[in-house]
Amino acid sequence: MNDALDSGASPENGSDEPLVLDYTVVKDDFTRAGEASGDVKKKLRMAGINPAAIRKVSICMYEGEINMVIHADGGGIRVEIYGDRVRMILKDKGPGIKDVDKAMQAGWSTASEEARNLGFGAGMGLPNMKKNSDSMDIQTVIGTGTTVTMVVNY
Amino acid sequence: MTVKDLIDSGEFKIINDEGDTAAEITDVFCCDLLSVAMAHAPGGSAWVTVMANMNTLAVASLTGVSCVILAEKAEMDEMALSKARQQEIIVLATDKPIFKAALTVYGKLAK
Repeated sequence: MNDALDSGASPENGSDEPLVLDYTVVKDDFTRAGEASGDVKKKLRMAGINPAAIRKVSICMYEGEINMVIHADGGGIRVEIYGDRVRMILKDKGPGIKDVDKAMQAGWSTASEEARNLGFGAGMGLPNMKKNSDSMDIQTVIGTGTTVTMVVNY
Repeated sequence: MTVKDLIDSGEFKIINDEGDTAAEITDVFCCDLLSVAMAHAPGGSAWVTVMANMNTLAVASLTGVSCVILAEKAEMDEMALSKARQQEIIVLATDKPIFKAALTVYGKLAK
């Protein structure tokens, strides 16, 4: 999937072997949402990545995590940290996205009342992810799930 | 103005002061929608909100705000409070509405 994203990398160590991090996201677990994002932020900070790029990755990761908590039946996030970029692959089991174009529109949301009460569901998740990533790809199958792949360069 | 200066002013109730109280408050930010806060809260700002749940803390941590100020008597439950302590996120509170709470901080910043 998206192998083209890997081309042209020039990591500092001379190889293109990423640091790979895997996280599990649990349906409706709003209390733990953000833990994966926080961990990635910490690791990027330790790697000395510039703060602006870390902020972009944090936004992409957190919005993705929240989307999985709200809409999917759980899933996993794989984060690949390269010398010049981060690739985030968020794969969920779930209903899929019926209309991706609509979902990409700011303000469009199918979030639950609970999600809205917690301060989410404003229909800004996917637009925020798009805005803060250098590339974003959505593969969705109705009744099966959605995979969102994002890359942030630094 | 540092977070400690704001605490010492006595204008706000202390909910959690375990954290970086020496951090400089660079700005004031008001928002209750977490996606908007996630996208736009300036790092180092004092974030005024009525959202007092675990997710507020996740956003505070990810954006690197200097402190969270809960307005309108918003209260944090025990679980969120323990997360604030664990993640060392300074949380203050006030009975004032959001605008007046922010104005209080802004007035001190402007001095």
